[in-house]
Amino acid sequence: MAIDAATVRKVARLARIAEPEERIEALANELNGIMTWIEQLAEVDTDGCEPLTSVVAAGLPLRDDVVTMGGDPARVTSNAPKSVNNFFVVPKVVE
Amino acid sequence: MSLTKLTLASALEGLAKREFTSVELTQAHIEAVEAARGLNAYILETPDKALDMAAKSDARRALGEAGPLEGAPLGVKDLFCTDGVRTTACSKILENFVPTYESTVTSQLWRDGAVMLGKLNLDQFAMGSSNETSYFGPVANPWRRAGENANSSAAMTYAKTSNWALPEGRHGILTPGGSSGGSAAAVAADLCLGATATDTGGSIRQPAAFTGTVGIKPTYGRCSRWGVVAFASSLDQAGPIAKTVEDAALLLTSMSGHDPKDSTSLDIPVPDFTQFVGKSVKGLKIGIPKEYRVDNMPAEIEKLWQDGIAWLKEAGCEIVDISLPHTKYALPAYYIVAPAEASSNLARYDGMRYGLREDGANLTEIYEHTRAAGFGDEVKRRILIGTYVLSAGYYDAYYLKALKVRRRIAEDFDNAWAKCDAILTPTAPSAAFGLGENSNDPIAMYLNDVFTVTTNLAGLPGLSLPAGLDANGLPLGLQIIGKPLDEATVFSVAGAVEKAAGFTAKAEKWW
Repeated sequence: MAIDAATVRKVARLARIAEPEERIEALANELNGIMTWIEQLAEVDTDGCEPLTSVVAAGLPLRDDVVTMGGDPARVTSNAPKSVNNFFVVPKVVE
Repeated sequence: MSLTKLTLASALEGLAKREFTSVELTQAHIEAVEAARGLNAYILETPDKALDMAAKSDARRALGEAGPLEGAPLGVKDLFCTDGVRTTACSKILENFVPTYESTVTSQLWRDGAVMLGKLNLDQFAMGSSNETSYFGPVANPWRRAGENANSSAAMTYAKTSNWALPEGRHGILTPGGSSGGSAAAVAADLCLGATATDTGGSIRQPAAFTGTVGIKPTYGRCSRWGVVAFASSLDQAGPIAKTVEDAALLLTSMSGHDPKDSTSLDIPVPDFTQFVGKSVKGLKIGIPKEYRVDNMPAEIEKLWQDGIAWLKEAGCEIVDISLPHTKYALPAYYIVAPAEASSNLARYDGMRYGLREDGANLTEIYEHTRAAGFGDEVKRRILIGTYVLSAGYYDAYYLKALKVRRRIAEDFDNAWAKCDAILTPTAPSAAFGLGENSNDPIAMYLNDVFTVTTNLAGLPGLSLPAGLDANGLPLGLQIIGKPLDEATVFSVAGAVEKAAGFTAKAEKWW
């Protein structure tokens, strides 16, 4: 299935990456090239095959529900683009 | 002999015998690093921190409290978070990020007495095979093709080019591979005694092969991923790049171990890996997979592989032909799984809590502009592919299909282990290529990892070591793949190949 300009615009929107209009055609070509190469996976017989999501056989470990780190807001916000009084300052979310 | 020419093991011995101090050893490396800026291997030098750590190391040694890596100056791939030291993943979006915590792997190296020289260049977010996707520009491989004149001034001019565009014509500057290009180049050029690296599809082993160094990606779960900037979490593993197999074993022993902060970290004992280097390999069965031959593979690589087979036979191994029939599907499966995980992992870079934030008319625009400005082209390409294969209507056809193929690849290895104890292959399908030679063709670039990516998908340990030179005088690597958690056998086989190959060539200094 070919990736057209509309698909690129939609995927870029989903990924929250602004792609300038003049890049859309070139991106569609690039992504098509890669996806066409990937299509060869269709040759593999995967009937009755369980998807492999993790190579670690063990189940996920549980731990006690206690605070292990924290209580240090200055450190947590030290890399914030904008912060005031140990709070993150973010743009208005609700109009 | 200059202190920077020492291997890690011999430097540790010299320190133990009080032949020199860590401060002297560290100072020698700091000077080498400063003189090698044209290679662009270090993107951040931390000489003050290094000398401070070295002085404290010497004090510990004087008190008889020396750790296993006491006083050894190392380089750190800039994907490992270092407390108070800028960590960028070689991206613009993290250009000014200063972690307030230390990755588990590096904290274990410092616990064992090692000294940090600085942060090493890599492909942006570890996505690349030539170090050309770094926001800070590519690394120059210390190795040159015989007769080509990559001289210091050309490299320095190149290093100072703000847009990193290659000038007309080749300058004879080769890629050190990627993504751990800075780590590999720094070890090859004696700018550290060893370096941390990470490997998602071959990012430790291909650069090791391109630079005549040793690199091992351990079994998935050996090393904690905590504090390592995430790319594809089910594939990412840390490991060392080093000058010798023994040095790699020393470093991996320190880097490995259970960490409750990484839920995929394995809670099993870590042996002292150095004890397996030099151990007899007599009677071991070595598998040779017939599928590890690709079109246009140089005859020299085939020949090197045959040499490796002969060396192991001579050492008493039994050589067995094996088949890994799904090998050719590993890369296409990887280019669904890795971008899918990357698109999810990199969703965190939204410009709110850390990293770059760009302006916009509303929240969505702020996200879109921040990510457009903060990510490079290859990172964006992979996020878009990942978003596409995970989007409604395509999930089953692509993502689920790729996970099933991943199972087939893992089954190939399970079947092989019934016949052999370890597998010998070439590491990469070519020697180091010139910067700019593959950068316009993503798939040609991706094919660099054709022999390494299978072990990431199956979670297996894989080690690359230098075993010979091609006709241009460039190093070529052989890869040894082991059973899950059987780094021990990998190190023994690697030790045997290293001994037989007698690879002692070094890049001639031009930088």
